[in-house]
Amino acid sequence: MHDPSPVTGPAQEPLGRPLLQAIDISKRYGTFLANDAVSVDLMPREIHALLGENGAGKSTLVKVMYGLVQPTAGELRWQGEKVELAGPAHARALGIAMVFQHFSLFENLTVAENVALGLARTEPFAAISARLAEVSRAYGLPIDPAREVWRLSVGERQRIEIVRALMQNPKLLILDEPTAVLTPQEVDQLFVVLKRLRDEGRTILYISHKLDEVKRLCDTATILRAGRKVATCDPRRETAASLARMMVGGDVGEVRAASGRSATVPRLVVTGLTLAPDDPHGARLDAISLEVRGGEILGIAGVAGNGQDELFAALSGERSAPEAGNVVIDGEAVGHLSVTGRRRLGAAFVPEERLGHATVPRMRLSENALLTGHAASAMVRHGFVDKPAMLATVERISAAFDVRKAKRDPEAVSLSGGNLQKFVVGREILREPGVLVVSQPTWGVDAGAAAIIRQALLDLASRGSAVLVISQDLDELMEIADRIAVMFHGTLSEPLDVANATREKLGLLMGGSCAGEVSAPPETSHAAGA
Amino acid sequence: MQLVLERRAERSALIAIASPVLAIALTMVTMSVLFALLGKNPVAALGVYFLDPLTDAYSLQEIAVKATPLVMIGIGLSFCYLANIWNIGAEGQFTIGAVTGSWLAVHTQGTDAGPWVLPAMLVLGALGGALYAMIPAICKVRFGASEILTSLMLVYVADLFMDYLVRGPWRDPHGLNFPTTAEFDPVATVPTLIEGSRLHAGAVATLVLVALAAVLLGRTVKGFEIRVVGAAPRAAAFAGFNANRLVLFACALSGALAGLAGIIEVAGPVGHLQPGFSPGYGFTAIIVAFLGRLNPFGILIAGLFLALTFIGGEGAQISLKVPLDLTKVFQGMLLFYVLACDSLIVHRIRFVSMSRKAAHGTG
Repeated sequence: MHDPSPVTGPAQEPLGRPLLQAIDISKRYGTFLANDAVSVDLMPREIHALLGENGAGKSTLVKVMYGLVQPTAGELRWQGEKVELAGPAHARALGIAMVFQHFSLFENLTVAENVALGLARTEPFAAISARLAEVSRAYGLPIDPAREVWRLSVGERQRIEIVRALMQNPKLLILDEPTAVLTPQEVDQLFVVLKRLRDEGRTILYISHKLDEVKRLCDTATILRAGRKVATCDPRRETAASLARMMVGGDVGEVRAASGRSATVPRLVVTGLTLAPDDPHGARLDAISLEVRGGEILGIAGVAGNGQDELFAALSGERSAPEAGNVVIDGEAVGHLSVTGRRRLGAAFVPEERLGHATVPRMRLSENALLTGHAASAMVRHGFVDKPAMLATVERISAAFDVRKAKRDPEAVSLSGGNLQKFVVGREILREPGVLVVSQPTWGVDAGAAAIIRQALLDLASRGSAVLVISQDLDELMEIADRIAVMFHGTLSEPLDVANATREKLGLLMGGSCAGEVSAPPETSHAAGA
Repeated sequence: MQLVLERRAERSALIAIASPVLAIALTMVTMSVLFALLGKNPVAALGVYFLDPLTDAYSLQEIAVKATPLVMIGIGLSFCYLANIWNIGAEGQFTIGAVTGSWLAVHTQGTDAGPWVLPAMLVLGALGGALYAMIPAICKVRFGASEILTSLMLVYVADLFMDYLVRGPWRDPHGLNFPTTAEFDPVATVPTLIEGSRLHAGAVATLVLVALAAVLLGRTVKGFEIRVVGAAPRAAAFAGFNANRLVLFACALSGALAGLAGIIEVAGPVGHLQPGFSPGYGFTAIIVAFLGRLNPFGILIAGLFLALTFIGGEGAQISLKVPLDLTKVFQGMLLFYVLACDSLIVHRIRFVSMSRKAAHGTG
């Protein structure tokens, strides 16, 4: 790490006065109250967590603070003065910066070009490049301004967003679920940076639902549930369980592995699968081999963009394998079989993207039930669809997986992320698949829904199915998988038994070093790119 | 004040139904301006267009005659458009269907061949239209060529091919050198429903097709597949639907219906093959498909409405002395407005005050 060259910090604030006060903020969408009289005080020089399940109103609240959404009632006070934010530009002018969960970067442009696009046009491009390099060096966030974004890893892309925000020299930095896409080592690096920013006198609002991170990093936590503020507390003095209880409003169902689960015969076998990318920004699969036995869950970890999407497509049949024998399901070579053919053999798949891939957003749930059920189910007879049977399937899924919906048969797009994910996972699990391949099963899903989904995966495995889980969430894999392999640059590591798999070992594999080099960690952050 | 178009959370079912009505209203307002500029009384002119044809039996029958090909082609096009395939060459498929069906009529002329001739002509017409639509479909699947361009360009190829036939090999030897085939034999003619009227059996066939299309789209896996491929290609691939095969299927079906409409038109109201036998049905059917919300019953209504504009246009030419091309202006404007209004199904219009906009601009 470089010795930080003095970058101008924000003007010192009197410590007793809140930097930003949200007072009784309410936001109503139609009949739905997203925020109900929420008050939060953000003090100078603190890392303040905004904790809550999906749909608790975190995003709405920060959008209000960033001027993206106008509150229905309540007011904001910036350094004690009442403000009405007209828009994000106004917020930025005050000194508020935000890093979104979904990056807004142009893949074909360079880092510097992307940053320049978001800044005032008066500054010459060379000056922006230089300032970018300086800020990134000063904060130990190495990025090369001249590289094209598509060559960068997700972690590096996030660094661009953070550096872009820091170039505004903000007094308040809002980060929305920043660790969702990072390796454990990258998370550690990020936390070092965030603590430094705080020590410079800045305020950080850190949105998360990961309790251990909040306990490790934050000075204060405000907990939201169903649009209301539940509590403001010092997370370091709380236990993970007590935080979770406040967040969920009851005890979270602990995920329990059914006892006596034992791996039997291999049901999903991949041998020497090599596949060229089908688009210039895709990853190449390089001689992938794996084996999932009945009764076990194999986890595949790795930073996004290392070939997970391509592996999923090759397993599901959306992309054909070079040889039929590359993919074997229950003894049948299926490498050339279509998705439908593989489903008829008892395989089921849950892709990462809920909307547009796992479901048709503007179609009703009943039609989305048909999407994967048309190959083999009672919903179809002689090519005709049976509407009552489709509705019955929706009811069955909703009952078994607690899918909450406003109407009997709403459009998929109208469900919250967690509810739609429960529907999508439930849709496949209720078909009792012999082999289930699922990608990011709990991505962006609240704790309650995540627990239900993980439990369902464990139960499915204990009934003798082979389950393959591709996930970026190491905690999730450590919790449910029996063995974990890591994808890096299109190759797959040897699986580690979960008993031997430490976060450090997995993190290094995710950064591209072999398990043998564990003792000598390289500069992992940069190796994750390209 | 500034207008901003922002996305709705849910698509508006109300606007989806109201949009064609709004589009028709806007078109009439614009037409009124146009009539006023031409020095005609707008109210009277609109009356000639939209009310006069509804007042006598002959015009009503003519509306049904003109709606028949429009609805039949429109139904076929709706399959393509639902699947996000932009076949705009129905006019060409219509023409080729007329040509392939007429081939049999021309070659059995005067042979007293028997009642099989007409059914065989219909099959040939449908087949011809389907095969002609396969050209842009295969070019799209195999080479990634835009079907918008290829299908449109093939319209002119079809037109000139027909022109060659009726001026050359198929020309009626007793036709005083006019570019037309001989009048078809009775066995090669679509029967009329009422003695002495032009209303023919094709109208009944169209109603049956409307019902079949409604079943196909709403009740079968194939119809579901068409809608999924159009709405979310990635989800369609995940569902196991082969998008390329669907392109071929939808184009073939759409071409077959256009071809069938073509041969019915030639073997029905027209009675022989001649250039200009279509007043642009294949193009107008595009408007019919969208105005009818790509829904079979909606297309039936829209087809009747656009048939009305053809008849009204003819009436206006006679009584108002305005050019017949005004009908095409009207139809084009209608499509423009219906597509514009459709954007309101998933978007809403919001007014933003200038002061807020100024604040957006800072920093």
